[in-house]
Amino acid sequence: MHPAFSVIFFTVASGAGFGLFSLLFIADFFKLGGSFSNDQLVGGGLIALSLVVFGLLSSTFHLANPKNAWRAFSRFRTSWLSREGVFAVVFMPLALIYLASIMFDAPQWLRVSSGFLTAVMAWITVFSTGMIYACLKTIRQWNTPLVPANYLALGYASGSLLLLLGAVVAGLDTTPYIAMAALIMAIAAVLKAIYYFWIRSPGLSPTINTATGLTRAKVKLLDTGHTHGTFLTQEFGFQIARQRASLLKAVVFVLGFAVPGLMLMWIFNQQGGQTAAIIAAFAGLAGAAVERWLFFAEARHVVNLYHGAQRC
Amino acid sequence: MRLGLVVDLDVCVGCHACAIACKEWNASGTIGPLSDYQPYGAEPSGVWFNRIRHYEMDEYPNNKTVNFPMSCMHCEDADCVTVCPTGASYKRPEDGIVLIDQDKCMGCNYCSWACPYGARELDRSSGTMKKCTLCVDRIYDLELPVEERQPACVLTCPAHARMFGDFDDPDSAVSRTVRERGGFPLMPELNYNPTNTYLPPRSRPVIPVDTKPRGGLKESIKQFANRLVRR
Repeated sequence: MHPAFSVIFFTVASGAGFGLFSLLFIADFFKLGGSFSNDQLVGGGLIALSLVVFGLLSSTFHLANPKNAWRAFSRFRTSWLSREGVFAVVFMPLALIYLASIMFDAPQWLRVSSGFLTAVMAWITVFSTGMIYACLKTIRQWNTPLVPANYLALGYASGSLLLLLGAVVAGLDTTPYIAMAALIMAIAAVLKAIYYFWIRSPGLSPTINTATGLTRAKVKLLDTGHTHGTFLTQEFGFQIARQRASLLKAVVFVLGFAVPGLMLMWIFNQQGGQTAAIIAAFAGLAGAAVERWLFFAEARHVVNLYHGAQRC
Repeated sequence: MRLGLVVDLDVCVGCHACAIACKEWNASGTIGPLSDYQPYGAEPSGVWFNRIRHYEMDEYPNNKTVNFPMSCMHCEDADCVTVCPTGASYKRPEDGIVLIDQDKCMGCNYCSWACPYGARELDRSSGTMKKCTLCVDRIYDLELPVEERQPACVLTCPAHARMFGDFDDPDSAVSRTVRERGGFPLMPELNYNPTNTYLPPRSRPVIPVDTKPRGGLKESIKQFANRLVRR
């Protein structure tokens, strides 16, 4: 699949935003590390919201006809893309109610219930983002429950690193934030490793034989029938060399998990270290971006069978 | 009604006439125009609803070239319709034709991702997705003589490799042909239940390519005599 940068930016930014907001509610509810002040909570919430909003805006850049984008909310009952849009829009007012209830010292029940609903809605939205890809039977690398699990885990991992940065800047006791980030990152790393292991073997997938129905003998492509590239080759023809993919997987684990993990230890031992927290957050986001690029680059659509691939 | 095509892989000669006739009709049809990019330039490309690929089956000397025209399969379980967030993609309940409402499409490409057959192509000039309409603006046109109320690709095919008809009617020409010739759908394992059906190439005796074995002494003397006489 052709990796579209607007979609990569969208999924990484909005994933981190949704993750940060949910974890911010947890930090607020359990008063982790001595608790953020109300102003700090609102500031963090606005940062998370702007990540979500910028992500959603950038996702419209890959539309060829954005003037009809408003119609995308209409097929909630069948389309995960539509569901994601609806949930993201429901998330916004809930998040604003939560932030307002913090700012204006609303009764505790309103603050907790709106915060909880916002966190749940964030989870559902990121799950829907993953399901956009996971529901496609045409791409075996995507058609697995590990995809929404990865989207959620990486979103929360980026969010937890941003939250840790906030805790360091605010001068809170960082231990609970370090523990939370370490746990979420460990889960994300394990899920990603299982995913990479899982997509290595083709399993029961369509072949050039089932694609052409000529199943009794070897089949090979003689001519694609087009002079130059088509929409199909431009959208689905992208291929990444196996070696390069392996190298990028190493980059995902080093940037996304190893560097932030080392920084977590650093912060834990030094009790402080803003630079370390900044490095951790940015390395985590960069790792997630590389992971997202690879997620698209490694996906092989079955239409490639009609362009000569023996299996996808 | 379940309208669709039968493609006979045994007789298709791979002339691309179906694709040309399709482009000619649909460029000015309900879904047109079908934009071309650099049609006379170095990298010609454009929107087509029919694409013909060419395959080789088995290996020499048992090999056979199979010409393979493909268009929208008008699937029973069309994921391209269910994944569409705007409702632009729809399947007509009355005849099963899958269409795209050009006024609603936002060009997100998601339906083309869901289609395993590569039937949907984005028109970069209008920013909308386009696909085979089964010539919906021809087959119901009462102004046309009855025998011409068929998709352009079917009418034009010089080898009669294409048939159009109702698959729900067990006695229609398409249903009978599919039964008799053992027609098959493409990629049935994905469970899209495509309506379009393909007829397999017939098996023919292999043409021998070995050189004839040399005879014994008698044969050599005979050949020698023959050569003398011919001189």
